[in-house]
Amino acid sequence: MDRRVAALALVLLAASAAYLLWGIGGNWRFVLGLRAGKLAGMLVVGASIGVATILFQTVSQNRILTPAIMGFDALYVLLQTALVAALGVTGFAMLPVGTKFAAEVAVMALAAMALFGLLLGRGAQDVARMILTGVILGILFRSLAGFLARVMDPNAFAIVQAESFASFSRIDGALLPWAAGAAALAVLAAFRLSSRLDVMALGRPVAVSLGLRYEAMTFATLALVAVLVSVSTALVGPVTFFGLIVSGLAHSLIASARHALLLPAAALIGGAILVIGQLVFERVLGLQSALSVVVEFVGGLFFLWLLLKGRIR
Amino acid sequence: MRLALILGAALLPLSLASVMIGAASVDWAHIASDPQAFLIVTVSRVPRTVAVILTGAALAVAGVVMQQIVRNRFVEPGTVGTAEGAALGLLAVTVLAPAAPIWAKMLVASLGALAATAIFLALIRRLPPREVLLVPLVGLVLAGVLQAGVTFIGWQTDLLQYVGIWLMTGEFSGVIAGRYELLWIAAAAAALAWFAADQFAILGLGEEAATGLGLNHRAVMRLGLLVVSVVTAMVVVSVGMVPFVGLVVPNIVARVMGDNLRASLPVVATGGAALVLACDLLARLVRYPYEVPVGTVLGILGSVLFLWLLHRAPARG
Amino acid sequence: MIRIDNVSHRIGTAPILQGIDLTLLPNSVTALIGPNGAGKSTLLNLIGRLIPLQEGRISVDGHDVTTTPSRQLAKVMAILGQTHHAGSRLRVRELVAFGRWPHHLGRPRPEDQAAVEAALVQFDLAGLAERFLDEVSGGQRQRAFLAMCIAQDTDWLLLDEPLNNLDMAHARALMARLHGLRSAGRGIVVVVHEVNYAAAWADHVVALKGGRVVAEGTPHQVLTPEVLGQLYDMEIRVTELDGRPLILHHV
Repeated sequence: MDRRVAALALVLLAASAAYLLWGIGGNWRFVLGLRAGKLAGMLVVGASIGVATILFQTVSQNRILTPAIMGFDALYVLLQTALVAALGVTGFAMLPVGTKFAAEVAVMALAAMALFGLLLGRGAQDVARMILTGVILGILFRSLAGFLARVMDPNAFAIVQAESFASFSRIDGALLPWAAGAAALAVLAAFRLSSRLDVMALGRPVAVSLGLRYEAMTFATLALVAVLVSVSTALVGPVTFFGLIVSGLAHSLIASARHALLLPAAALIGGAILVIGQLVFERVLGLQSALSVVVEFVGGLFFLWLLLKGRIR
Repeated sequence: MRLALILGAALLPLSLASVMIGAASVDWAHIASDPQAFLIVTVSRVPRTVAVILTGAALAVAGVVMQQIVRNRFVEPGTVGTAEGAALGLLAVTVLAPAAPIWAKMLVASLGALAATAIFLALIRRLPPREVLLVPLVGLVLAGVLQAGVTFIGWQTDLLQYVGIWLMTGEFSGVIAGRYELLWIAAAAAALAWFAADQFAILGLGEEAATGLGLNHRAVMRLGLLVVSVVTAMVVVSVGMVPFVGLVVPNIVARVMGDNLRASLPVVATGGAALVLACDLLARLVRYPYEVPVGTVLGILGSVLFLWLLHRAPARG
Repeated sequence: MIRIDNVSHRIGTAPILQGIDLTLLPNSVTALIGPNGAGKSTLLNLIGRLIPLQEGRISVDGHDVTTTPSRQLAKVMAILGQTHHAGSRLRVRELVAFGRWPHHLGRPRPEDQAAVEAALVQFDLAGLAERFLDEVSGGQRQRAFLAMCIAQDTDWLLLDEPLNNLDMAHARALMARLHGLRSAGRGIVVVVHEVNYAAAWADHVVALKGGRVVAEGTPHQVLTPEVLGQLYDMEIRVTELDGRPLILHHV
C-alpha cells in the first residue's frame, strides 16, 4: 500500500476515534451509538463526494469542476420531486426507503448519462460555455423542483430550508444502510476501473488509440458519478464546492495521475475533512450546523481563485 | 419599431388581466357601488399590477446598464451577486436594528448591492481578457458564495422565510397599497439611465474609445453602478429577487434592434414589464387560487432562454 | 495491408472526403501530402477509428475498423493526432508507459517496463523522464507522445504531422527512425506538410486535394512540377539530389 494513502487512513482512523470518544460521559452506550451513526454518515458522504469529484474531473477533462457545479445535485433533487409528483397517486412516496432510493438512483443514472453525455460530448471545444451551461441547468433544475413542490403542496415552505444547504449533522438513519451499500459498490467499481480511468484522462484521441472504449467508459463513469451524487444528496443535501477542496488536496498530496492512488486518497480526505471539521465545530466551537456553510464558503472562494488564475481546465 | 408596438400592445391586455384576476371575486358590474370590491381593486389589484410593471421595466433597464458597464451580454444584477448583496444588507439591518425606518433599510440594502457589484467588477478585471464566458461564471459563483452567507445568517437568526424570498423566489402576493411605493424609486433610477443612454452606449465601446470620445469614463461607470444597485435594492426590499429579466429581455431586444440605447431602452423597459406581467399571471393561474412565486416561474423560463441565447449566439462580448 | 474502399466523409453538408480508394502496404513509409483542407487528417483519423466511418470500408491487416473491438485494434495500429493535450498532469515516463497499456491493461510486466525504457532512450528522453509534461518544451512533449506510440509496438503507425515542433535534428532523426521501423517490417502512414521529407524518406506518396486522391505512386512519380503545381496552385521547381526529388518550393 502506498505510504501516503496509509498515512491518510491513519489520520482518518484517529479522527474517527476522537470523534467517537471525545468527552464521552456517563451514558456512554447511548452516546456512542448516536455518534457511530453520525460518523458512518459522514464517512459515506465524504467518500462519495471525493470519489465522485475525481471521476467527474476525469470524464470532463477538467480539474476545476465538481458534479454539483454542473447541476448533478439539482438534477437529483428535481428527479426526487418529479417522481413523487408523477407517481404520487400510486403511493410512490409511501414505498420502503430502500426501494424508493433504488428507483431514484436508477432514474438519476439514466438521466445523468443522457444529459451530461451530450453536454460533455458537445462541450469539448468550448469549456467555459460547457460549464456555464451546467451552472444554468442547475438553476433550471432547482427552479423546476421548487415549482413542482409548490404546485403539489401550495403551502409548503419547508422546501427552501431543505434545499438551501447541506447539514452534515442530520443524516437520515433509515436511509444510511442503503446509501452506504450503494456508495460502497460504486467506489469499488470505480477502483476496479482505475487503470482505464488513467487512460481516459489522456484525452479521447490518445485513449482511443490505446484501445479504450471511450464512449462506453464515459457513460459508465457518469453512471457511477450519478450514484455517488445521489447518495450524498439524499443523505445531507446539495454540496456544491466541497468536492473541489477534496480533489485539490488529493491531487497535490498524491502528485500523480494514477487513479489507483487518487481514488482512495480522495475518499479518505473527504471523510477526514468532514470528521475533523465536525469535531471542531460541534465539540470545540459548539456550532452544530456551521461546517457545511464554512466548507461551501471556502470551496466557493477556492473556485473563484482558480477561475481568476485562468485555470479553466 | 414593430417590436415596440407589439410589446406596447401586449402590455394593455396583460395589465387588464392582472387587475381582473385574483383569489377574491370582484363583481365588475357593480364595482362603483360595492365598497368591498372597490377596496380590493384599489388596495390590492391595481397596486400589484403597477408593482409588477415597475419591477419588470426597472430590472430590464438595470440589466442593460450592467451589460454596458461590464461589456458582457451574459450578466445581470441577479447573476453577479448584486441581489445577494442587497439581501445581505437588508438582513444585516433587520438583525442589528429591527426597528430602523424603511428608508434606512432601503439605504443599507442599496449599499450592500453597491458593495457586491463593486467586488464583482474588481474580480472580473483580473480575468484573462478574451474569456467572455468566464465573466458570467465568476458572477454566478460570487452570487453563490454570498448566497451561502445570507442563507446561513438567515438560518441562525430564524429569518429564513424572508431570505428565501429575497434571494430567488420573489413574489408579488404581498403587494398592497402602501407597501410597494419604493418601486417608484427603482423606476426613477431606470429613467435616469435613459437620460444617460448615449453615455452608456459609448461606455460599451470600452474605456479607450470612451475616453477618446471625451467621455468621463469613471463618472459614467459610477452612475451605472448607482442605477443598478438602487434598482436591485428597491426590488429586493419590496418584492424579493426576480431573476433573469435583466438578462433575457435586453438580449432579445438587442438581437432585433441593436444597441442604440436611446432607441432601445424604452423597448427594453416595455419588454421587461410585459414579461414579468405574463409570468406573474402564470404564477397566479397555474395553481389557482394558490400562487407560485413569480421568481420560480422566471427561474424556469429565464434559464431556458439563457441556455438558448448561450448556444445560439456566437460568444461575443 | 490497409485497404480503403470507397470512403466518403462529410461534416454537416460539407464534403471532406469523396470516394477514396487506396491500398497501403506494410514494409513502407506512406506520406499523405496536400494543401490545407485536403482531407489528409480526416483520412488518417478514419483509419485510426478516432472518428466514426460514415461511408465505405477500411480494414487494417484484415481487421475492419468499425467492427473490430478497439482494444484489438490498439495492438495492430497506433495513431498520434495533431494536437495532444493530456488531461492529466503526467511525467514523461508515465506518459510513455501508457503505450504498453493495450498489452497489459493496468498490470505492467517486466518486458513492458523494458519497452518503455527503450522508447525513452530512442527518443532522447531518458534525461527528462521524471519531468512533468507541462514543464518540457513543445518539441520534447511531441517526442514523448511519439515515444508512447513506438512503445505501443504495433505493426502500423499512423502519425499526423509528427514533425510539428521538432527542430531539424530531431525531425531528421524521427524520419530516420520511421525508416528503420519500416525496414523491420512495419507500415508507416504519415501526414507531412514539408514535401521534402516525403521526397527524402517516403516509399509511397499519396497526394490529396479537395477530398480526392489526385495522384499516388513513388516520390518520383508524384513529386513532379506538374502534380505539385496542380496540387498547390503555384509554380514549383523540382531538381534531384542523391537520386531523390528535391522540391524548391520556397524560392
